[in-house]
Amino acid sequence: MGFMSRFAANKGALVGLVLLIALLAFAVLGPWLYPTSPWRMVARPFTAPFVTDRFLLGTDTLGRDVAAGLVHGTRISILIGFVSTLVALLIGVPLGALAGYFGGWIDDALMRITEFFQTIPSFALAIVLVAVLQPSIYSIVLAIGIVSWPPVARLVRGEVLSLRTREYVQAAITVGQSTLRIIFSQVLPNTVAPIIVMASLMVASAILLESSLSFLGLGDPNLMTWGYMVGAGRTRLMDAWWISFFPGVAIFLTVLALNLVGEGLNDALNPRLSRGRE
Amino acid sequence: MSQRPVLDIRGLTLALPALADRPYAVSGLDLAIAPGELLCVVGESGSGKSMAAHAVMGLLPRAVKPVAGQVLLNGRDLLALDDAAMRDVRGREVGMIFQEPMTSLNPVMRVGDQIAETLEAHRIGDGASRMRRAVELMTEVGLPDPARMARAFPHQLSGGQRQRVMIAMALALQPKLLIADEPTTALDVTTQAQILKLVDALRRDHGTAVLFITHDFGVVAEIADRIAVLQHGVVVEQGPADAVLGDPRHDYTRRLLAAVPSLTPPPPRPRAEGEPVLSVKGLGKIYQRRSLFGAGRVVQAASDVSFSIARGETLGLVGESGSGKSTVGRCCLRLIEPDAGEIRIDELDITALSARAFRPHRKRIQMVFQDPFASLNPRRTVGRIIAEGPVAQGVEPKAALERARELLALVGLTPGAIDRYPHEFSGGQRQRIGIARALALDPEILVADEAVSALDVSVQAQILDLIQDLKKRLGLAILFVTHDLRVAAQICDRIAVMQRGEIVEMGDTATLFAAPKHPYTQQLLAAVPGARRLKAP
Repeated sequence: MGFMSRFAANKGALVGLVLLIALLAFAVLGPWLYPTSPWRMVARPFTAPFVTDRFLLGTDTLGRDVAAGLVHGTRISILIGFVSTLVALLIGVPLGALAGYFGGWIDDALMRITEFFQTIPSFALAIVLVAVLQPSIYSIVLAIGIVSWPPVARLVRGEVLSLRTREYVQAAITVGQSTLRIIFSQVLPNTVAPIIVMASLMVASAILLESSLSFLGLGDPNLMTWGYMVGAGRTRLMDAWWISFFPGVAIFLTVLALNLVGEGLNDALNPRLSRGRE
Repeated sequence: MSQRPVLDIRGLTLALPALADRPYAVSGLDLAIAPGELLCVVGESGSGKSMAAHAVMGLLPRAVKPVAGQVLLNGRDLLALDDAAMRDVRGREVGMIFQEPMTSLNPVMRVGDQIAETLEAHRIGDGASRMRRAVELMTEVGLPDPARMARAFPHQLSGGQRQRVMIAMALALQPKLLIADEPTTALDVTTQAQILKLVDALRRDHGTAVLFITHDFGVVAEIADRIAVLQHGVVVEQGPADAVLGDPRHDYTRRLLAAVPSLTPPPPRPRAEGEPVLSVKGLGKIYQRRSLFGAGRVVQAASDVSFSIARGETLGLVGESGSGKSTVGRCCLRLIEPDAGEIRIDELDITALSARAFRPHRKRIQMVFQDPFASLNPRRTVGRIIAEGPVAQGVEPKAALERARELLALVGLTPGAIDRYPHEFSGGQRQRIGIARALALDPEILVADEAVSALDVSVQAQILDLIQDLKKRLGLAILFVTHDLRVAAQICDRIAVMQRGEIVEMGDTATLFAAPKHPYTQQLLAAVPGARRLKAP
């Protein structure tokens, strides 16, 4: 069975993929759907949802359109999720590959550094980093990248450690390929499957982390994000539930979609490990 | 065969899932084993021999379904039983031993408890009596100091001892049928001889019928009463061992038997006594486990190993697992860095070079690996795999690919293979690709590390022919590392026997086989299975 048919055999993964495509569509089409700034006060505050056609999801405490915020927030969440995962991969993959391939004291040194980062609670470290660097989209991406690379490094190290002893890697040594070339052409291509699976789940946790930071008021002050919306509406949760509820649902669905896709990818890329098969 | 058979398989047909390469794993299989009889089912990989054994145990993979026939154990059809009844049959009426004794035992449980557990599962006796019985069984399978050994964990035992524990477990409830699925394939030749003797003695003492699955005709010749030869899931020939081995009827059996390398070396070929191209002097390698507190475990993998090989000569490096033969082979390519001694290619001392300085000289010495499935990168095409070496040494990629095409023809593959991926080839074809890769750099020396050990016997014969032919045509010096004395007898000009990191005897193949001097060499030669019944054609 090919990769596509194995992926399609997982119903949950298909649902996740459809959700994800819808989210990406919102992110791309956002500026056309809501061309004005989501910060603009466009109507009376506390307009309930599903009452008027113009403001389907209601307005918040200052009369800003919740739906506009939601659509613009999609762009930020997805952007931060993917870019910070990329940052984490750019740190974690080379470190893990070096540690696994060379072993010895290089491995010891790199793994102690990795453990140093793992022992610090990641959310606390992210808060400190963002606070020190001033909240902006760049500092948030950097902070999330820095707290989420250690698991990548450990995963890649483990894979490389076992791949390094494979005979085809030894054969590459005996024909005189350079070490760097062996790592890039023989070893790393064979670690792609587990990295893709892990990355898809990391995007989900990056989105959660960004939402949590924004909720605490550490988001980029110029950008409308889901976390900020939940945080801003939380004091009026009892009388204006929709202000926090809709962005909360958006976060929930995005993370769910990414997890479903990640699990589907895992089943499709590692057919021997998937459940329910012989 | 006057007695009623213990096991009677009638017309058994096992269907494979739709995408497999043939519709049935086995079809129309008829086998019968009388009490105390040992039936060898022999066949090459993929012949369905293991599937047949697993069908008897009710351990078929879920995708494989029996569609016709019966498996009668003392007249009862096992295929008709439900799971609970089958569980009771396993152990009580049928015992099984597997190929890999390490993974078949629970690593965190004492072996005595594991044997007692078999009794417990069938609710026999109480704790104390079960333990007594376990020690009794361990005595019977010839384990030394069984009372103490019962408290040992699997990793504290040797491979042979673990297999003895497995046999004790299989025999705990005195089953009438014992199924042995390649039980000695993972063992050294001397250990294998002991285990075969044990199985033989036990079935004589207890009248146990034995279904013995193997691919090794030497083993078959050693112990079989009757033989069934399986090809593509069909029994092509079945009969008394002497008849099948001495006067095979079916063409396939004949071909298989002809492919088994003879223990008698061919007459020595005249060879040019040239200058040695590879010379190793006083090579030493110590493995030391790094440990935080105090000294780690030290293993002397090679000590004071010296030999030399001339152009056009094959030196066999023979020994059991852990003898250090692979370490020596890999040291010659500096895949492992030696601790002592020097390795010279012509006059160049390669141990004195830095890793970077050695790289341009690597093309002079190349390696053929053991596992044809692990030695080719699954994500690269065959052409790129072969061309990689020349490209790394500075050849134009286009020219290297052109050369790869020629090399494929040289090793007997079609040039069209160049754009395909390794998984599209069989084991023997992959090994040919591995050889083509090694030859791509026009090496002077080839190190073959168990290069034919993972192959079926008929494929093995072809690859050996290919290596022989290439050696002659290209004037290669070959270091042939192997555990298989039959293979060594056929392909090597000289042989060095290794034991615990040292070369204990070295000499011309014919002399060494005719009059081994060192006791260890004598022991090895005596342990080769099938020497009695498998004569040179």
